Amino acid sequence: MSVAAPTPVSSSIDARGYAHPTALVSTEWVAEHKDDANVRLVESNEDPLLYAMGHIPGAVEIDWTRDLNDPLVRDYLDKDGFEALVKRNGITPETTVVFYGDKNNWWATYAAWVFHLFGHENTKIMDGGRIKWLNEGRQLTKEVPSYPESEYVAPARDDHKYRAFRDEVLAHLKTAGKLVDVRSRQEFDGTRLHMEAYPNEGALRGGHIPGAKNVPWAKAVNPETGEFLPASDLKALYEEANGLNQGDDVVVYCRIGERSSHTWYVLKYLLGYDKVRNYDGSWTEWGNLVGVPVER
Amino acid sequence: MTLPPNLQSQLEDLELYPDRADRIEALIAIGEEFRNPNRTEFPREESCRVPGCESEAFVGWNAAGELAIAIDNPQGISAMAMAQILLQGVRGATVEQVRAIPDDIIYTIFGRELSMGKSMGLTGMVRMVKQEFAKTA
Repeated sequence: MSVAAPTPVSSSIDARGYAHPTALVSTEWVAEHKDDANVRLVESNEDPLLYAMGHIPGAVEIDWTRDLNDPLVRDYLDKDGFEALVKRNGITPETTVVFYGDKNNWWATYAAWVFHLFGHENTKIMDGGRIKWLNEGRQLTKEVPSYPESEYVAPARDDHKYRAFRDEVLAHLKTAGKLVDVRSRQEFDGTRLHMEAYPNEGALRGGHIPGAKNVPWAKAVNPETGEFLPASDLKALYEEANGLNQGDDVVVYCRIGERSSHTWYVLKYLLGYDKVRNYDGSWTEWGNLVGVPVER
Repeated sequence: MTLPPNLQSQLEDLELYPDRADRIEALIAIGEEFRNPNRTEFPREESCRVPGCESEAFVGWNAAGELAIAIDNPQGISAMAMAQILLQGVRGATVEQVRAIPDDIIYTIFGRELSMGKSMGLTGMVRMVKQEFAKTA
């Protein structure tokens, strides 16, 4: 089924029909609230030089490799690591954390997803990300802010609600659960084992998890503005064209779980899906597992 | 095999910044020295496009027969820094010296904390510079 061309994005987030519009904020909102004591801006980029080049005044940086991942084991930081991260950035359990970054907020949503694993769900994404702020000629600074260390007692990381592991994906398959593969079409078809134009990074089999629908992550974003598409366009993309329903139990995946965190955010917050999990093992795990089913 | 002397010198300069924040500042300064050639100076032929680089990078030769690198993404500061290091680094180098540049030199420059995508884009630029020099052998 084909999807109609995206309708022009309204500048008003409230007018776009999202299920949870407060999870997305505009650059104007950020400009007005960046100095609020209970708001912390967090920039998360793929390019490690961008934050130092200039960032929104008051924003701290959370780096996806250095700050969110365990340096040895393929896993995320633990409770102690998360507490240390939020404390040094002056974040309390009550702080509204607003993420933004490069690549259409790809890495911002990834960071937000990791915060959710520790129960910090009071997060927002700045629509359009870093490039929109820049294109609007808004202020940037090179000054790295310093905040007093906060008090934060985090719960143990909860991998049950928003994260899926391979055995859970296998069980999901047996119940005909919905899967969304957010990689490129070529990766999904198995004609490529990696992102387009990127070399093979080690998956021994190409294809996708049986039954998965292919909805490349960036289709949720207006390529010209970097803003998320209105709910009507998102529903046309995920529901009319790919058969998802709001009540579905959905597992999303990509290559290592970063692109799919973007789709996780779209489904959970913009379309209001209650049961969406990100399989961060993704194709780098599934494409190497012995004996699991693969479809092309 | 020895590296191009200018490149070796730049690497030694960067070693003066073992601290991550200092290294980032040094790389930004290098990136800001990069001057993007206009399309008359260096036409963006598709055959010159660096595979895997999302910063719209092109590597080839300008009309004067000099190595040219274009980065058509004003936010591509890492790509600009890498381009500037390569442009300066290979100046006056022999083909053999350029061929000796390891593909993973990007980690020596930027550190290991690079995403897969960023790694491949920057590595692609290094490889294309080596390929262009190899064509002249």
